[in-house]
Amino acid sequence: MIFKRVIPEYAEENRLSTGRRVLLLLHLDFTLITSLLLLAVVGLIVLYSASDQNMELLAKQSLRLLLGFVVMFLVAQLTPETIKYWSPWLFVIGFIMLVLVLVVGDVGKGAQRWLSLGVLSFQPSELMKIALPMLIAWYFADTVLPPSFMRVIGACLLFAVPTYVVALQPDLGTAMVLAASGTFVLFLAGLRWRTIIIGILLLIPTLWIMWHYGMHDYQRKRVITFLNPETDPLGAGYHIIQSTIAIGSGGIYGKGWLEGTQSHLDFLPERRTDFIFAVFSEEFGFLGTLLLLLLYAVIIGRGIVIATQAQSTYTRLLAGSIILTFFVYVFINIGMVSGLLPVVGIPLPLISFGGTSLVTIMASFGILMSIATHRKLVST
Amino acid sequence: MKDYLPQATGRWRYLTVWLVFVVVSTVLVARAFELHVLNKKFLQTQGDARSLRTLPLTAHRGMITDRHGEPLAVSTPVDSVWANPAQFDPNKKQLQELAKLLETTPRAIQELIAARADKEFVYLKRHDTPETAQRVSALQIPGVSLLREYRRYYPDGEVFAHVIGMTNVDDNGQEGIELSYDSWLRGTNGAQTVMKDRLGQIIKDVDIKKQPRPGKDLVLSLDRRLQYLAYRELKSAVLANKAKSGSAVILDVDSGEVLAMVNQPALNPNNRDDYSSARSRNRAVTDLFEPGSTVKPFTIVAALESGQFKPNTVIDTEPGYYQVGRLTVRDVHDYGRLDLGGIIQKSSNVGASKLSLAIPPQLLLQVHQRVGFGVSTGSGFPGEVAGEMVAARYTHPIERATLSYGYGLSVTTLQLARAYSILAADGVRRPVSFLLQPTAVAGEAVLDKKITQQVRYMMESVVAEGGTAIKASIPGYLVAGKTGTVKKLGPEGYSDDKYVAVFAGMAPAQQPRLVMAIAIHEPSGKAYYGGQVAAPVFARVMAGALRLLDVPPDEIPKGKAQLAYLAERP
Repeated sequence: MIFKRVIPEYAEENRLSTGRRVLLLLHLDFTLITSLLLLAVVGLIVLYSASDQNMELLAKQSLRLLLGFVVMFLVAQLTPETIKYWSPWLFVIGFIMLVLVLVVGDVGKGAQRWLSLGVLSFQPSELMKIALPMLIAWYFADTVLPPSFMRVIGACLLFAVPTYVVALQPDLGTAMVLAASGTFVLFLAGLRWRTIIIGILLLIPTLWIMWHYGMHDYQRKRVITFLNPETDPLGAGYHIIQSTIAIGSGGIYGKGWLEGTQSHLDFLPERRTDFIFAVFSEEFGFLGTLLLLLLYAVIIGRGIVIATQAQSTYTRLLAGSIILTFFVYVFINIGMVSGLLPVVGIPLPLISFGGTSLVTIMASFGILMSIATHRKLVST
Repeated sequence: MKDYLPQATGRWRYLTVWLVFVVVSTVLVARAFELHVLNKKFLQTQGDARSLRTLPLTAHRGMITDRHGEPLAVSTPVDSVWANPAQFDPNKKQLQELAKLLETTPRAIQELIAARADKEFVYLKRHDTPETAQRVSALQIPGVSLLREYRRYYPDGEVFAHVIGMTNVDDNGQEGIELSYDSWLRGTNGAQTVMKDRLGQIIKDVDIKKQPRPGKDLVLSLDRRLQYLAYRELKSAVLANKAKSGSAVILDVDSGEVLAMVNQPALNPNNRDDYSSARSRNRAVTDLFEPGSTVKPFTIVAALESGQFKPNTVIDTEPGYYQVGRLTVRDVHDYGRLDLGGIIQKSSNVGASKLSLAIPPQLLLQVHQRVGFGVSTGSGFPGEVAGEMVAARYTHPIERATLSYGYGLSVTTLQLARAYSILAADGVRRPVSFLLQPTAVAGEAVLDKKITQQVRYMMESVVAEGGTAIKASIPGYLVAGKTGTVKKLGPEGYSDDKYVAVFAGMAPAQQPRLVMAIAIHEPSGKAYYGGQVAAPVFARVMAGALRLLDVPPDEIPKGKAQLAYLAERP
């Protein structure tokens, strides 16, 4: 029945192979799903090495990936209309939990991020990573674009408040991601260039104030260390020095899988989580890194295409924000590990060992797929 | 369609997004290129600097053997446990286990680590057995490693202790042969590269940069069998006579090689805690004593060299004492009229003094110098002393008289043996050697051959009936020798109850192969004469040595036995 709806209305779909058609019916985007699966496999391979061949860890991560793909698949089945409808409610739920975590949350590594729900514990800030761009996109969805000045202020407030709450935890990395995802929606909604320039000009004094009053000591230290890692080679600079050494010592062809010395001899910190890219680079070298970057580029490129082809303001803004946020993830993580950016706790999507953010990312890819596939199925 | 942005605006937005995407991707690729390709060498070096370490490969020391290749000092592998204080981080249980294995307390280990907190190396225990070391290694304590070292082992313990000497804990020679031939024996350490993790645990051996070169072996001239024999007899004589110390030396007459050199008291060089100078000193080369009557043969040599006396010249020693200025030279008994042989046989101080005063003043001194008194033997043994000629020229009659019976000069046991070996070698002086001499050793003739033969003949009478050292006789062999019973010189002049009992002799007397000198200090039993205390040591050791070296007997038994003996000869 659905088949019939596809074929007569879209000529291009008629040329699709059977496989693609099945994918379409499952609401899966071919390019995205292939690249994501490849990335997941690469991730497991690297993790196997980074965890010193710990099968238990590998099984755990496989299970998370499976969960991620299931969530993605389920989200992809929702129509963009449903997603749009739930946007404000999801945000409200997320925000309440975010406030809750400040009050009753578990403390881990000097920050209050976790909310325990019986057996399951997760970070509400992760939910917010999806809910925030959804809300902003929803906020602009049925308005005249480019938005009026008051609407821009309104949108700013909508993403500034949860960002601030997350920053209080304190979780600077996630706060930055939240701020970025909101800003992307604003940008894509047609913020005037004039406003953008004014915003950037305003950013400078804001950063100054943040530096002196809004940041924790360890955060300031990270920035200083980033600017000059040699000042503290045994302390905070250690991460950056060790990871650049690991990357560079891989050379063009790499030392080979399981052969990395810097990562395996314990010199590389956080090698299973935030710094896993260094393990990959040491073992697979420049060529491997190029291939990995290519894989990410394909995903991001496909995401941008999906966004440009999206047929409603809501889907277009949301898709754009999601893929740009993903882009930020990849850029910040790789930039940080290779010493281009300060150390902020952002994992490398699908490669780093870790649960909640993986599920969040896969859920957002579910949204992307929903937007990509329903466009072709929903009649205008 | 109202959802769509104005076309121009939308295009610009997405163009910007694409542009940023391309730029950022380029930046990441460029950075990867920079690290992987441009900075690769530097970063790899840095990586190696973190993970690769160069460790020494300890070379073992050369083996010391006796002349027949019997090992006297060998190096055995041991493992030392060391820690890098910066990385030392055991848990409570590990620390306790470690302390137990190293036979110490956790507290002591922590104090040791704390004291060297700014260093990168501290020994926790030197020279542990490989088994214990393996158990320490199995504890997997961060910052604790093993170092292969070698420990010197002396199979014969105290028997060779004084000659071989010992090494310190770092395997450097400290005393004796170990010291004098240290550079020969010592190996050159190699170097290996290993991969270590952040906690300092060795992950794998990467490669050997320099092979260790073990030290060279050293073959001594000493004969383990003779050494054992000499050691046993000297020790029992020192014990039996309740003596303070003693030393004995056997020389090979034809080569100047030291065949045995033993001392009492002794120490076990395998146990460094046992160390004391009194027991470790090689007294045979470091301790001086006045040789007393054992120099009388050289007085006779000087008398014969002067041409004023013949072997059968008769000297009147009546009445058993002789006044030289304020000095009264005394004999034990009144021996009456003695020929030169009689002076030696009875050990007459009066006779010797009369000879000395009759010959040119410098002659006796010259003979002494030619046989090596007051001069180092040149053996190169650490701590060897040359001995002293006390008076500058021995021109005063009292000095000339006392010198003739062995006072006013000091010698070592080795020097005494060496001087006798010149008598034994028909007047040829050869260098003293502790190393095996593969070829014949050339010497220098310093005494007249005929005179030495005459003196040796006289010395045979010492060991015969009527002589002072009948206890030095050996069945089947003719022995030539001389006793000495020397009053020890203390801070308040010559002592009346402290003696050195000396005997020096050679066998077989006609064509001597071996020379032996024995000095036993301060015997406090009933006997103290050289003929009673030292001479029996000579007899027992020399009898065994001659048999071991297969030296044919020269005192041919009379009658039937003699015929049988001759019949066996080819």
